[in-house]
Amino acid sequence: MAERNLILAFETSCDETSVAVIENGTKILSNIVATQIDSHQRFGGVVPEVASRHHIEWITRCIDQSLAEAGVSYEDLDAVAVTYGPGLVGSLLVGVTAAKVVAWAHHLPLVPVNHMAGHLYAACFVGEFKYPQMALLVSGGHTELVYMPREHEYEIIGETRDDAAGEAYDKIGRVLGVNYPAGKTIDEWAGQGKDTFHFPRAMEKEANYDFSFSGLKSAFINTVHNADQRGEKLDKNDLAASFQQSVIDVLAEKTMRALNRYPVKQLILAGGVAANHGLRTRLDHDMKKFHPDVSMLQAPLKLCGDNAAMIGAAGYINYLHGDRAGWDLNAVPGLMFDRMK
Amino acid sequence: MKVLAIDTSNHPMSVALVEDDQLLATTTLNMVRNHSIYLMPTIDRLFKLVKWAPTDIDRVVVAQGPGSYTGIRIAATTAKTLADTIDVDLVGVSSLAVIARNVLPTSKQVIVPFFDARRGNVFAGAYQWEEGKLTNQIEDQHLAMTTLLDQLAKIERPVILVGHMTKRISDQLEKLPENVTLAPRTYGIPSTYQLALAGEGLSAVKEIDPFVPHYLRITEAEANWQKLHPGETRKNYVREV
Ligand SMILES: [Zn+2]
Repeated sequence: MAERNLILAFETSCDETSVAVIENGTKILSNIVATQIDSHQRFGGVVPEVASRHHIEWITRCIDQSLAEAGVSYEDLDAVAVTYGPGLVGSLLVGVTAAKVVAWAHHLPLVPVNHMAGHLYAACFVGEFKYPQMALLVSGGHTELVYMPREHEYEIIGETRDDAAGEAYDKIGRVLGVNYPAGKTIDEWAGQGKDTFHFPRAMEKEANYDFSFSGLKSAFINTVHNADQRGEKLDKNDLAASFQQSVIDVLAEKTMRALNRYPVKQLILAGGVAANHGLRTRLDHDMKKFHPDVSMLQAPLKLCGDNAAMIGAAGYINYLHGDRAGWDLNAVPGLMFDRMK
Repeated sequence: MKVLAIDTSNHPMSVALVEDDQLLATTTLNMVRNHSIYLMPTIDRLFKLVKWAPTDIDRVVVAQGPGSYTGIRIAATTAKTLADTIDVDLVGVSSLAVIARNVLPTSKQVIVPFFDARRGNVFAGAYQWEEGKLTNQIEDQHLAMTTLLDQLAKIERPVILVGHMTKRISDQLEKLPENVTLAPRTYGIPSTYQLALAGEGLSAVKEIDPFVPHYLRITEAEANWQKLHPGETRKNYVREV
């Protein structure tokens, strides 16, 4: 019988408590996700102390359910993987603490995982990774272009200088009266509207791969406020379409340009905002047109948000490369990939 | 009965391994350091010293709060995950009761343990030894230091205050009511040997999953939200997807 590797993975970096069992890095045996969205919607955004408290309420249920659903016991496991950053420190600590205990109690190696590497590996459930590789990671907390010359090597070539794309969605969502998280609704509205406002495309023409969304956000808010003062009501679908078009133009343009500079075999699209239909469609189109020889893997919709399955997949690669954490593993809220020199 | 006892409620971090009322090994750190870094290595080292496997223990006893949010979170998560993963009993004991036990059982005083909760507030409760058992007289609560001292002045019996002394706290304790004395600094350090003994006598929690720290204070965001939404009855805001 072929040897099977089983990893129990933990993810608690923000407002989802998740535990998964992953076989050989690419097969999901279980992926339990308890979401706190309803709780933080009360406050219009994630409240760190509340998030941390919810994680403690749910952590053992998620562990037990994950093992039960996968039909495996602790003796079957080969390793425990856990997100140790980036994220909210109080949230990260619950997962890190629980993972350490489980690994220690069952004499299993503890594998530390970078949350962003996790997002990237959500795409490995749809196809095999090929290197060199480029990834566009877009989420509520991050917007970055990551270059991977080979497996297990990550270099940031571009990142946001202010807001993350997902953050910008939430902020303009608030102006339009859309509940946090706003991405899905804005995406839907955008599908029914037209880009009539022509908001700025920040840094689109600059000779680097960095992003900026604060100018767009301000232009959007000013447009809505000025109309309010005139007593004018703007079409929400057109507003959403115009905002989204600006975001997508910048993300797609920079990505295409990065691919010119760094020839790769594959492009990965991952992160919470990777669930955006407009972005997926646009990248599909642009890749066929400008980089037909580069294959693209888009993280599956249901694995774009935070989940432990992706941590298990990234954890498996770390495991194979010998990454091990000691019992003194701590949360690193500002953990980042290295920036390419 | 083999017991692991853990307290990381405040600056001190203490771990003990106790078997049938006997202390086998204990470690206490009293530095302003990160419990997340030191707790698991300390547990690991003590188990190796006494040659126990993690699964050898019968029960985990933890100081459940109140205390520093991060501190009680680390202890509670460690304790509940361990009890769950090796399927043993879990017992939570008030973190205030742990330091109250530093006062001798022969004492007739009302024992008032307290922790600094910042902004002029403390976590405090009242305890008393009765025939060798420490009983709770006034529930652990979060209140202003001035309110606590006013209340203590009304108790017509000798009271001993036991706590972790910081500059911030000692400034507020300059004028104590006549019936109140301050315990020496040594009393403010938790003993997990005492915690284990307290936990041996209590019944274990029925369900591990709902076990959470005793914060004794809801978050500011939730307090504000409740003010704006009186009568909201929904209890659980987390759901599986
Ligand atoms: Zn994420």
